Amino acid sequence: MTSATQPTANSDERVKEISNFRNALIRPELGGIVGTIAVFTFFLLFAFDSGMFNSQGIMNWSQISAQFMIIAVGACLLMIAGEFDLSVGSMIGFAGMLIAIFSVTLGWPVWMAIIVTFVIAVSIGALNGFIVVRTGLPSFIVTLAFLFILRGFAIYLPQTIERKTIIGGVGDAAQGDWLAAVFGGKIFTGFFQWMGDNGIIAVFERGTRKGQPVVEGLPMLIVWAIALVIVGHIILTKTRFGNWIFAAGGDAEAARNSGVPVDKVKILMFMFTAFCATVFATCQVMEFGGAGSDRGVLKEFEAIIAVVIGGALLTGGYGSVIGAGLGALIFGVVQQGLFFAGVESSLFRVFLGVILLGAVILNTYIRRIITGER
Amino acid sequence: MNPEHAPLIQMKNIEKHFGRVIALAGVSVDVFPGECHCLLGDNGAGKSTFIKTMSGVHKPTNGEILFEGKQMHFADPRDAISAGIATVHQHLAMIPLMSVSRNFFMGNEPVKKIGPMKFFDHDYANKVTMEEMRKMGINLRGPDQAVGTLSGGERQTVAIARAVHFGAKVLILDEPTSALGVRQTANVLATIDKVRKQGVAVVFITHNVRHALAVGDRFTVLNRGQTLGTSQRGQITPDELQDMMAGGQELVALEGSLGGTV
Repeated sequence: MTSATQPTANSDERVKEISNFRNALIRPELGGIVGTIAVFTFFLLFAFDSGMFNSQGIMNWSQISAQFMIIAVGACLLMIAGEFDLSVGSMIGFAGMLIAIFSVTLGWPVWMAIIVTFVIAVSIGALNGFIVVRTGLPSFIVTLAFLFILRGFAIYLPQTIERKTIIGGVGDAAQGDWLAAVFGGKIFTGFFQWMGDNGIIAVFERGTRKGQPVVEGLPMLIVWAIALVIVGHIILTKTRFGNWIFAAGGDAEAARNSGVPVDKVKILMFMFTAFCATVFATCQVMEFGGAGSDRGVLKEFEAIIAVVIGGALLTGGYGSVIGAGLGALIFGVVQQGLFFAGVESSLFRVFLGVILLGAVILNTYIRRIITGER
Repeated sequence: MNPEHAPLIQMKNIEKHFGRVIALAGVSVDVFPGECHCLLGDNGAGKSTFIKTMSGVHKPTNGEILFEGKQMHFADPRDAISAGIATVHQHLAMIPLMSVSRNFFMGNEPVKKIGPMKFFDHDYANKVTMEEMRKMGINLRGPDQAVGTLSGGERQTVAIARAVHFGAKVLILDEPTSALGVRQTANVLATIDKVRKQGVAVVFITHNVRHALAVGDRFTVLNRGQTLGTSQRGQITPDELQDMMAGGQELVALEGSLGGTV
């Protein structure tokens, strides 16, 4: 070998310089950011005059997006930790039903109903996680079982107790309850009134609420969604525990060898997912004033789709909470946007399928770039 | 090997039974600081069981482990790690999707306090990772480069550097060269040599006699759960080692038919 073929000490001649474009591509949020821009551009062009972007319209798709966001944060962290939870939707129905039964049928104060429901739901999440780490079974199977078990109870309990599948009256029970307001209240009402007074947002023109803004405040649902995204993002990227989440999903065996308590991390993530589902359920019960047995159907898949659009890998170890939040935003904007644009709403499902496929293909490609596989 | 030193770790008459299977039938090995002790043996000889006992994964059925002269009972690998016994595994050392810096500090994340909250100190982690990698002769594009982009040899080197950085006194390397090419193997062997010179006791598991002879100070051969003795560097030829590993006669016959190429 002549000296001319010797590589220099600092670089390997066979490794191509990575362009900035490719560097940006390996950020997990990228798909979410591009998707969000695309979706907003599309609806600004085609549905601007439809009322989608006035105060009520914005509040409409923001709330839908916030709902997706709450469950997507839990699903995202769990997926990065290498597991799935298919029982999210059933948990929403089940937890909502528990709150209604405790507060209406049993007549407990609403705050107590909410706290007890959270304890039960998070314990079921822990049970999910415990079974998964102890048996080594795929979480897909274990949580599929709980999808049926919890949905079954969400129907059985009200049927047996009240002979119906919808329990109302939580709204009256929740009047003045401090904890109910944390989930069902609105904040910044003064600010929204001020915006109404100054003509920034629309106000009622007549009737008993004349002069009040049509959007009275920021619903706690949205506050929860934003708070969960921020907290989830900080935990994942800025803490030691976040490193353990990545490690547990990236390669559980390697993580264990390095002293990461993988089982604990996974169980905690199952508990967090159940927590998020219960936040969703509580907000929904407070909004509607009641619970229904069929609440939350298919939500587990919608959460997973939002997470995948946000750039997380189905195989775990890689993803972003911000990305999942953007995925949820895309979801909500498109679902409501199609309505505003006057498109047949069933096309939303077609859109979902297409974008899911696209996102998974993109993610797989990105994974190859990161790991250098071919 | 320095004879003035006391052995860092002594494994005395270690037996390990799995149900009716006797994986180890009384194996004794001692390792001195600054020594590279090679543990050789064919597949199924009990090498893995033996090092797993040493690193706290398995509890020995019989026999005792002395670490720095004191008897030790490791409840789990964490105990062994905190005592200073680190293992670098064959395939399971690194997580490809995570950055080098995140991998380097996995399980030992540095934290800084901001108010009541503790956060992962990425600045410190990145700085140390770059420094340690430079010492080992790996030039990273950046600390956030994914481990997946490193070669197999570089990954082993990162894992070794990590173990040493976190105060390993005994470093167990489980077949670090088995899946590597020639040049990468040379890099890993050079890393082992560097680490040994820092006074770390290295237990190097391999079934490649040439790799063992390249860096080893002493050689212990395991066969069917028993030691076939320990020999010093220079007192044993590669052929003798090879024969001991394979259990003698059959390989001699086989080697004849292959023209001495094994």
